[in-house]
Amino acid sequence: MSELRSELRRDLRSGSARLLVVDDNKVNRLLLARSLELQGHSVASAENGRVALEMLRREGFDLVLLDMEMPEMDGFQVLEQLVNDRQLRDLPVIVTSSLEGIDNIARCIELGAEDYLTKPVNPVLLKARIGASLEKKWLRDQQKELVRRFATPEVAQDLQDSGFSLGGKLVRATVMFSDIRGFTSLAESQPPEETIELLNTYYALMFEAISGHGGVVTLMMGDGLMAVFGAPVPLPDHGASAVRAAQEMVELIDLFNLERDAAGKPSIRIGIGIASGEMVAGYTGTNQRATYTCIGDTVNLAARLETHTKVAQRLILIDQATRSALSERVTVEPLGVVPFKGKTTAVEVFSVDPGQKR
Amino acid sequence: MSAPAASAIDRATFEALKQTTGDEFVLELVDTFLQEAPSMLDELRRALAAKDADKFRRTAHSLKSNSNTFGALTLGAMARELELGGMAKASEGGGQPLDALAQEYSRVAAALTELRNE
Repeated sequence: MSELRSELRRDLRSGSARLLVVDDNKVNRLLLARSLELQGHSVASAENGRVALEMLRREGFDLVLLDMEMPEMDGFQVLEQLVNDRQLRDLPVIVTSSLEGIDNIARCIELGAEDYLTKPVNPVLLKARIGASLEKKWLRDQQKELVRRFATPEVAQDLQDSGFSLGGKLVRATVMFSDIRGFTSLAESQPPEETIELLNTYYALMFEAISGHGGVVTLMMGDGLMAVFGAPVPLPDHGASAVRAAQEMVELIDLFNLERDAAGKPSIRIGIGIASGEMVAGYTGTNQRATYTCIGDTVNLAARLETHTKVAQRLILIDQATRSALSERVTVEPLGVVPFKGKTTAVEVFSVDPGQKR
Repeated sequence: MSAPAASAIDRATFEALKQTTGDEFVLELVDTFLQEAPSMLDELRRALAAKDADKFRRTAHSLKSNSNTFGALTLGAMARELELGGMAKASEGGGQPLDALAQEYSRVAAALTELRNE
């Protein structure tokens, strides 16, 4: 992440980008390319929309300056193709045209153009618009990179499709909390590097199990994590998926413990709490730094269930709503009702046998 | 500068172009325009004869934007009239507007050549 940030800063400072100028008229093409080169950018040009799309699909560009009236394939067609192209839809396009009529401008903006400049283009205005567009693009690229690191490709794509709008919506989903038992004393008994290495392996295993069953890790804190199943991408059997992920997490920790045992290291144990129901899910934060999260009673319950694994001496605890989403083949042991702090009514708690898969 | 050049090209626009893009580049740009513009005029006549309204409008549009770039404001305004009025406008008086456009272009070409060699 830090490399990414320094790269961003360097790019913004130097202001240099790779631009494509699309115009069928040679005088216009030369003129625009010249002004952009004088602003320190590297510029390529295309004489119509078809050639431009070929170049865009072949090479990487940061921004396109697009004329509207061109033979073979005009600017509107280019915009239409770009908006339907997953690889290119976020590429900023500034329309440079002398097309008359506000409806043409509106159409360009509707088709996803970032901005509209009338020809002959004023160089000062051009510079300002390009600077603004590039900055937005780099922020978007940075967000995409962050999401890519913390979510499954499927979720990352969904977030990209739906945009990064902050704000929540009410969803039905399943939340999981998990942490390592007695981690603090374990961490105190070994060198710090070993603790970090242990955490890295632990997280790698947990991510594997969670994303393998369609979940998204939304929070990591010390040795604990929170994951959600069924948001932002709907998952038809989110309760059952979360339970399968939990079983796999326990299984992976068992395998990891065999390795640790062979190396003469103490084994680790995890506790997992799972609850299903309605919650508010969405992005919170600022446009520069946002995180996907879920809030609500269901989330609190999952956290309480996870804490309760210590008292109940069980590895995986679930609530009634999650239990009713499971097939008969999963062995579930009712543990009776437990009065949780902050809950007005006592909650029925069930333990899932970690060995029972599917 | 002689009288035709003075009226065919808006000197302030032309100077601003030189200032922002460089003298040498403007020479290259003028040459490009002098090469391309005659074919644009031909293109307009061909489009009119072939009743290709789209091509006609597009060519008039390009000529307009190029003219304005160099400060050939009269030529630009005439091309704009053709772009907006289309082939109906061009056919007025037996194609008189295209002849007028060609005449104005001759004045612009002369003026640009003069400016180029200054």
